[in-house]
Amino acid sequence: MALGMARVMGGITEMVIGLAHYLTVGAILLVLGVFGIFLNRKNVIVILMSVELILLSVNLNFVAFSAWLDDLTGQVFAMFVLTVAAAEAAIGLAIVVIYFRNRGSIEVEDISTLKG
Amino acid sequence: MIAALAFYLFAAILIASAVMVVTARNPVHSVLFLILAFFNAAALFLIAGAEFLAMILVIVYVGAVAVLFLFVVMMLDIDFARLREGFQRYAPFGAVVGGILFLELVLVLGSWSFADTADDLRLSPNPGASVTNAEALGRILYTDYVYLFQASGLILLVAMIGAIVLTLRDRPGTRRQNVSAQVARSGSISLEKVPVGAGVKELGIRRPPEPEPEKPKVAHGAGHGQGHGGHH
Repeated sequence: MALGMARVMGGITEMVIGLAHYLTVGAILLVLGVFGIFLNRKNVIVILMSVELILLSVNLNFVAFSAWLDDLTGQVFAMFVLTVAAAEAAIGLAIVVIYFRNRGSIEVEDISTLKG
Repeated sequence: MIAALAFYLFAAILIASAVMVVTARNPVHSVLFLILAFFNAAALFLIAGAEFLAMILVIVYVGAVAVLFLFVVMMLDIDFARLREGFQRYAPFGAVVGGILFLELVLVLGSWSFADTADDLRLSPNPGASVTNAEALGRILYTDYVYLFQASGLILLVAMIGAIVLTLRDRPGTRRQNVSAQVARSGSISLEKVPVGAGVKELGIRRPPEPEPEKPKVAHGAGHGQGHGGHH
């Protein structure tokens, strides 16, 4: 099952990086992204960057599972996640730009005035 | 051994730069650390054997998304000090939520293992070392997943049109090319027979008939005049 890794490692088996290593890095990255959303509640640009971090951790998990299962579908799905993340960043930043143009600030707490 | 060391190095830099992304005082620094994080994630992808995705990550994220972030951060004149109000107030709350999330993830991943039949359940097994990663991805992306490929193209199209529609604005007071008026104008284009060899000196420069003279700005001028009159 660790075919992908063994191929990359060139047959050296001591101190092998396992799937758990990748999943741990992905989990830490996801938690940091969630933490960033809470930490920068007013700055919508940093919130968008935190969302990018979360999507990056998702991609990391997809690639890790793809490598360990030796199944390319995970990498294909990671590409689609990448596409959606790029579209989301473009739309989000466009909304930030027009919001700043109308209001002169990007404080997220003001955005609640948009309702009804 | 070298791959393991490289993994630890890149993972450490990735996590450190992710911490800096969410805690940096200056959002420009945040974006730059985000770029560093993407580079290190691309290195982790390379170690896992996903070369094509690693290159796509560098090209798409560092080349487009991060530069877009940098552009927006620098374009908008934002008082970032004001946006950091409540930073300490929200930090414990975020730490608690993040800690709980991390604990749950550790619990889930710690008690989880591959199914015995996982090898048989693979949708598109890696063809092996004879085919490069990019070629193998292309083989399934353009055959098995061609509809999803088209759908992602549609997503990008919608995102592009949406971003343009959102940010395009009509400024009053700017003059623009009026294509329909140009196409609809008549009487200015005609075929004429000119003597061969005759230069501009003999023929004179042919100009289209003058458009009707611009209306003098009556209202503005009158108002101005009246204003002056009133004063005197």
